[in-house]
Amino acid sequence: MTTHPSAAVIARYADPRASLDEVTMWSVEVHLEGCAHCRAVLVGRVPDDTRVLLDRVAAGVDRAVAAGPVPAPRRRWSPVRNRWFVWRLLPWLTMTVAVLGCAVLLEAAAPHLPSLVTLLAPIAPLPGVAFAWSRRHDPAWELVAGTPAAGLAMLLRRTAAVLAVVVPVLALGSTRTGASLAMTLLPCLAFTAAAITLGAFVGVRVAAIGLGVAWALAVVLPAVLTARLPAVLEPGGAVAWALLTLALAGLAGLRAADFRRLTSHH
Amino acid sequence: MMRTVSAAETAATTHPWAVHAEGLRVRAGRHVAVDGLDLALGTGVHGLLGPNGAGKTTLMRAVATVVKPAGGRLTLLGEQVGDRADLRRVRRGLGYLPQQFGFYPRFTVREFVEYMAWLKEMPKATIPGAVQRAVDRVGLTAKADARMKTLSGGMLRRAGIAQAIVNDPAVLLLDEPTVGLDPEQRLEFRELLRDVGVDSCVLVSTHLVEDVVAACTDVVLMNDGRLVYQGVPDDLAAQGGAGDAGDSPAERGYSALLRRHRAEAGR
Ligand SMILES: [Zn+2]
Repeated sequence: MTTHPSAAVIARYADPRASLDEVTMWSVEVHLEGCAHCRAVLVGRVPDDTRVLLDRVAAGVDRAVAAGPVPAPRRRWSPVRNRWFVWRLLPWLTMTVAVLGCAVLLEAAAPHLPSLVTLLAPIAPLPGVAFAWSRRHDPAWELVAGTPAAGLAMLLRRTAAVLAVVVPVLALGSTRTGASLAMTLLPCLAFTAAAITLGAFVGVRVAAIGLGVAWALAVVLPAVLTARLPAVLEPGGAVAWALLTLALAGLAGLRAADFRRLTSHH
Repeated sequence: MMRTVSAAETAATTHPWAVHAEGLRVRAGRHVAVDGLDLALGTGVHGLLGPNGAGKTTLMRAVATVVKPAGGRLTLLGEQVGDRADLRRVRRGLGYLPQQFGFYPRFTVREFVEYMAWLKEMPKATIPGAVQRAVDRVGLTAKADARMKTLSGGMLRRAGIAQAIVNDPAVLLLDEPTVGLDPEQRLEFRELLRDVGVDSCVLVSTHLVEDVVAACTDVVLMNDGRLVYQGVPDDLAAQGGAGDAGDSPAERGYSALLRRHRAEAGR
């Protein structure tokens, strides 16, 4: 598009009787595609019979366009609208929110018990996380697992969607009941990271179920029976939980390759 | 249809084979379903034959990169897809139709193929056009906006093929794609295979020897997780004799090769 071909060259290009070597022909043609000015020059050099023919073709095309169907409206492709996952996740999140709501109510009704919101916080995100990466819940799991988008990044996006609902609910619950905000949210994040990290080895769903059951049996049940908040959830442990979360997240990053295969979908 | 040719497409291929397996071992659960397979596939349509349990589906899954090989080497489009491989680039060049594929019942055909195109990380602007083209190629134009749950078995399979070809894959893997297609659709499908196979590597697993003879440039026969035979369809037909089981020369060739392989393995 730097130098325009001379008017003489364009005239020879337009004239079917004039001879023009192939290389020049090509370069003129490429130039014409991108240069309106030279196309205008070309029109002036086209023989009359060709111009008549072109006019006839243009009129015919216009007629056909006018007579044909109206063009379909351009569809805007939006991954969000088509994101099956968000819709399928809703029932699970509703359940989680309902359970946490009950915990808040119970806590108000039975103040002698340790904070149920704090006790349940670590396992609150697990049903959603298990759902997010399970072949049982994604009918197209095998198709999805073979795509470039599948992997840790996709799992983290889905986990973020779960946390976006669970974390505010936990925060609200803990302020309502006067429980420590840090000791509610940090164990929640640590268990989320643990489920993902363990998931690299045994599958995310299995890891989430295992962690949930272990926490319920080892911590929640004794706490409810003895009516005392376990030591691991005492406010002093916040730093330890934060460090644990970071360590687990780092480990998950190291195992990123495992999330590209089907085994992580167990 | 006009489309822009990307630099990646015109770049010289530096790999001799689109799919190259050397001593490949792949587990299906505890069982080693692919056991020391050597296979090299280039451009063309390769028909993968073998009895049930030969390891065809497991091989397909390994080549589709959804399961990790337990041993050996697997190279796809010049990149080794081992333990810690970043599979993203290879996967952009793959198309895969599993034997049983799930779908989202409330999606329309178009939404389903669009979603898959998006997961394959195609440029957003090219998705609507590529989806329309894929849907047209499998003959589902009239059903493009029908919900998946309203489709017949044959139509579902064609929707599955559409998502597999939407990204113009360099390696196309189809596991039993003709199941549920009626005879006329099978003929159209063979046409599509030949068309795609002109410039891509297509691996089609099937139990129908006639499909292979009609549509494939190359026959791959597997048994017990190993490669038994690789050759052109005409040569497969020449392997059989009058005494072998089958209704056509190719089927007789297929039975003869399997019988010989089993006899050797039995010794
Ligand atoms: Zn110009």
